Amino acid sequence: MNPRRLMYTKWFNISRDGMSRSNPILIAALGLCSALAVTNRVDNSIAMGLAVTFVIVMSSLITSLIRNIIPQRVRMVTYMVIISSFVIAVDAFLEAFVPNIHDALGPYVGLIITNCIVMGRSEAFASKNPMRFTFFDGLSNGLGYSWVLIAIGAVREILAFGTILDYRVMPTGFENWVVMAIAPGGFFVLGLLIWVLRDMTKSYEEDLA
Amino acid sequence: MSLFEVFVSSILDNNIALAMILGMCPLIAISTSTKNARGMGYAVVFVVTITGIINYPIFRLLEATGTRQLNLLVFIITIAATVQFLEMFLEKFLPSLHNAFGIFLPLITVNCAVLGVSLFFVSNEYNFAQTAVFSFGSGIGWLLAIVLLSGLRVKMEKKSDIPKGLAGKGIAFITLGILAIAFVGFTGLAS
Repeated sequence: MNPRRLMYTKWFNISRDGMSRSNPILIAALGLCSALAVTNRVDNSIAMGLAVTFVIVMSSLITSLIRNIIPQRVRMVTYMVIISSFVIAVDAFLEAFVPNIHDALGPYVGLIITNCIVMGRSEAFASKNPMRFTFFDGLSNGLGYSWVLIAIGAVREILAFGTILDYRVMPTGFENWVVMAIAPGGFFVLGLLIWVLRDMTKSYEEDLA
Repeated sequence: MSLFEVFVSSILDNNIALAMILGMCPLIAISTSTKNARGMGYAVVFVVTITGIINYPIFRLLEATGTRQLNLLVFIITIAATVQFLEMFLEKFLPSLHNAFGIFLPLITVNCAVLGVSLFFVSNEYNFAQTAVFSFGSGIGWLLAIVLLSGLRVKMEKKSDIPKGLAGKGIAFITLGILAIAFVGFTGLAS
């Protein structure tokens, strides 16, 4: 297909919405707890990003599959049961194959259940759309979430430990910024990232409201 | 750890919002007005304490029957059911309290702080009394954080000249960062 025509397809728009235009963290400010709590190292960010992407894609697919038979009144509980089944699967998977990352993430793996992005996609998109679009929506939101996590993780790991994925990048005399390894560092980096992206894309908060 | 130490540490040096980074979505979304922040904070204290106390015996039961890995699913259902029940109970018997909590009560089901408290008492291996105190203290800590943040945000909204791209959520995060640094000062108070 002609690349220019591709830009007008529904697939392309869904993907762009998730990755940038309505990025779950930067624009909608959802799913912040895990975005801040586990991003002090890049490997934790990657693991968290993949885990959340998997949960979003699978739970939206299932939600989309049964969207016509879920009674309206109990839909929230249904979503929660679907989501928590996949989170338990992810938790068991991490524990079995990468135990050191499982220990580093701790209870935050379980907290993917209350990550508003997953619930938000089920409610806003999967409950109204067929499975093929839902798959792309889940994937693009998950990847949009992952790249922000990895970006925050990269900045924090360089400043807090002088490394990226345990590979030393800073000169030996570099004094580690302890503040970046603990909670405040996450707040600062995310705040500044939002500022940079808002100025680059010219989408200011007052215009949206 | 003595009960008093658990209480102080859950409010100050392990503050659920500023050190554990839980319950961020409502913290950012609701802290634009001090009145709403207070309402949400009280609702969280209430629900966190009750669900902590209910989830503890349930967890012990799961452990006794060897189905510990299901705890996530069971906790979240307990929380959803408790919130639903509290809403109906308050509406019937304590309408004034129900009006005070208003729309905040149903929102709490997806507040990570509530599930977080239930998961932390598991990983910290607290006994029943410690769990009850820890849940209550965490709720108070969250209330403290949201009220402090909303006070600062309301003041800034009126008085200061914030760059356009930073207004709203951006500056809220920077403010939270500074608050979190202040709370780092409490580290070691009860260890």
